[in-house]
Amino acid sequence: MLHVKNLHASVEDKAILKGINLEVKAGEVHAIMGPNGSGKSTLSSVIAGKEEYEVTDGEIFLNGENIEELSAEERAHEGVFLSFQYPVEIPGVSVTNFVKTAINETRKAKGEDEMPASAMLKKIREKAELLEIDRKFLSRSLNEGFSGGEKKRNEIFQMAMLEPKLAILDETDSGLDIDALRIVANGVNKLRSEDNAVIVITHYQRLLEYIVPDFVHVLHNGKIVKSGTKELALELEEKGYDWIKQEATV
Amino acid sequence: MELKDKLLSSFMVFEDRVHDQSKDLNDIRNAAIKTFEQKGFPTKKDEDWKYTSLNALLKHDYSISPQQETAVEFKDVKKFFIHDIDTYKIVFIDGKYSSFLSETTHDGIDVCLMSSALNKPKYKIIIDSYYNKAAKSDHSLTSLNTAFASEGAYIHIPKNKVVEKPIQIVHFSTGNEASLLLQPRNLIVVDENSHVQIIERHQSLTSNVVLTNSVTEIFANKRAIVDYYKIQNDNQQASLIDNTYISQKQSSHASVHTFSFGGKLIRNNLQFFQKGEHIDSTMKGITIIGNKQHVDHNTLVHHIEPNCESHQDYKGIFADRSTGVFNGKVVVEKEAQKTNAFQANNNILVDDKATINTKPQLEIFADDVKCSHGCTIGQLDKDALFYLRSRGIPTKEAKALLTYAFANNVLESVKINSIKTRINKLIAQKLGVNLGFDL
Repeated sequence: MLHVKNLHASVEDKAILKGINLEVKAGEVHAIMGPNGSGKSTLSSVIAGKEEYEVTDGEIFLNGENIEELSAEERAHEGVFLSFQYPVEIPGVSVTNFVKTAINETRKAKGEDEMPASAMLKKIREKAELLEIDRKFLSRSLNEGFSGGEKKRNEIFQMAMLEPKLAILDETDSGLDIDALRIVANGVNKLRSEDNAVIVITHYQRLLEYIVPDFVHVLHNGKIVKSGTKELALELEEKGYDWIKQEATV
Repeated sequence: MELKDKLLSSFMVFEDRVHDQSKDLNDIRNAAIKTFEQKGFPTKKDEDWKYTSLNALLKHDYSISPQQETAVEFKDVKKFFIHDIDTYKIVFIDGKYSSFLSETTHDGIDVCLMSSALNKPKYKIIIDSYYNKAAKSDHSLTSLNTAFASEGAYIHIPKNKVVEKPIQIVHFSTGNEASLLLQPRNLIVVDENSHVQIIERHQSLTSNVVLTNSVTEIFANKRAIVDYYKIQNDNQQASLIDNTYISQKQSSHASVHTFSFGGKLIRNNLQFFQKGEHIDSTMKGITIIGNKQHVDHNTLVHHIEPNCESHQDYKGIFADRSTGVFNGKVVVEKEAQKTNAFQANNNILVDDKATINTKPQLEIFADDVKCSHGCTIGQLDKDALFYLRSRGIPTKEAKALLTYAFANNVLESVKINSIKTRINKLIAQKLGVNLGFDL
C-alpha cells in the first residue's frame, strides 16, 4: 500500500526527516510514536502532500506509484486521508455540505458522476450513527465552535465518508476524554478492512489500547530508530523515550 | 469641452426645461450648481480622494440628459431583480421611469417617483421638511447631483407601518448613448415605529460607458427600522459614485449592507448622523473584485448624542490588479457619552499586484465611550488551504470556500433570505466555482 524509502524532508532549509523507511501493507495498522519534535507530524504532512515541506531525497510509493508529483488533492483522490491535529474552522459551510463537496470533487476527478442525493443522505446517516453524531451537528458550520472532541470525531466522520485506502491519524487522541476516545477508536476499528491501512500517530499508548496496531515504530530526530509489535508501545509507556534516545545516540 | 464646463452650460438649459414649481427647489439647485462650480470634481489632492482618481472617468463625452426612451423586456432583465419574493419595484431605464417594469403604491405608503414628489403639492410638506436636509451641501459631487436632480425613488412610510414587501430600486442603462451620465436622486422618509427594507441596484445592459452619481437621503424617525441593501455587480464599463446620507432620530435602527462585486470604479460615500439617543447604526460590506476594478468605501458615523451604537464590518477580497480603499471615520462629540462604536475592516489580497489602502479615523471628544477599530490585510491561510485540499477539494474550490468563510459573518445580519441566497450565488459566480450546493 504505502512504501516510504529513505525519505528526507525539510522546511525552510531545516532538515526534519532524515531517512525514513516504512512499509505499510493493506489490512495493517501501524503506530508511529516519538517525542515532541521528532518529525511525526511532518511525516504525515509530507505523505499527504503539504507543499511547504520539501522532499530533498527519497521516495513515497502508493500502491506502487511514486506520488512525488501529485498535489494534495490528487493524493486524496488516490485514497490518502489525513486526520488533522488542528482541523480548520470554515464558518458558513456546514459539515454536510463540506463532506458532499469533498466526495463529489473526488468522484469528479475520477470521471464519475456525482453521488445521487439519496445515496449521499443514506451514507451520511449511517456514518453519523457510527460516530454517535447527531443530526444538528451536521448542519453546523464546519469545526466552528466545536469542542476538541467534536473536531476529532468530525475528522473520523469525514474519514468514514471518504473511505480512504490509507488513513493517517495525526494525534487524534489529543484533547479527547475517555468517552470520545472510545467513540473515535470504535469508528476507526469499524472502518478497518483487508483493503485499507491505518497509520496512527500518537504520543501515548492509551489510544493503542483501543486501536491495536500490528506494528509500532519509534521516530526520533527524523528517523525511525526502533520498530516492533504492540508490546513496544507498552515498554515506551513504562520507560519513557529517554532509553530510545540513548540507544539512538549509541 | 471639459466635463465640468459642459455640465455648467447644460445646467442653464436644464433649468429652463425642468421648470420647477417651487422657488425653494429652484434656490436649492442654484446654490448647488454654484458649489459644484467652485469645487469642481474632486482630485487626488483632496485627502478623501487620495486613492481614488476620477480622471479616466471624466474624459468621456457623456450624454447628460438623453431624451430617447428605450423599452426593455422583463424577461431580459428578470435576473437582476430579487424575483422569488413579492416586492415593490421602482425601475428606471436610462434615468427615465419605466412604469412597465415598476410596481409602485400609494396604498397607505408612498412608493413612487421623485419627479412627482418634487412637483405635486401633496408631497410639499415632506419635501420641504426633508429634501436636501441630510445631503451635504458642501460636497461637490452631491451638489452636482442636487443641481440636476429630477428623478429617482421617493418613499414615504407614515408612522406605525411595517412594510412587509421589500422595495427594489433598480436603474438600468441600455447603452443607447456611447457614454451616459446618470444622476438619480432618492428620498426615503420613514416615520415613527415604521419598518422598511430596500434593495438598490444599478445595472448596465451593454458594455457602453456609464457613470452614475447617485444621492440617497434616508430619514429614520423615532424607533423606525430601515434596512438597506446595495447590490453592486455592474459590468466592466460602468462606474458608480454612491452618496448615501442617513439621518436618524431617537431609538431608530438603520443598516446598510453593500455588496460590491463588479463595475469599473465604485465609490461609496456613506454617512450616518445620529440625532437622538439609543440609536443603532450598522454598515457592513463584502467586496470581491479582480481585473483592474476599484472599490472605495468612505464611511462616516457622526455620534452626536449619548447612548448610541455603531457597528461597521467591511470585508474585502482583492484579486489580480484590483484596488480597494477603506476610509472609515467615526466622530464622537463631547455630548455623546456612553457611545459604543465598533469598526472592523479585514482584507485578503489574493494576488501580488492587488492593493488595499485602509484608514480608520477616530475623532473622539467624549471621555466615557467604548470605541474599537481594527484593520487587517492578509492572505488566505496556507494550512487551511492544505486542510481542504487534503480532503480532495481542488485548489480553486478550496480557495473559494476559504474566501466565503472569511466574508460569511457579514451575511449574518442580512434579514431577507432571498438576498442572502442571491449574494451567495454571486459570490460563487465571482469566484468562478460551482460547489454543487448553495453556500
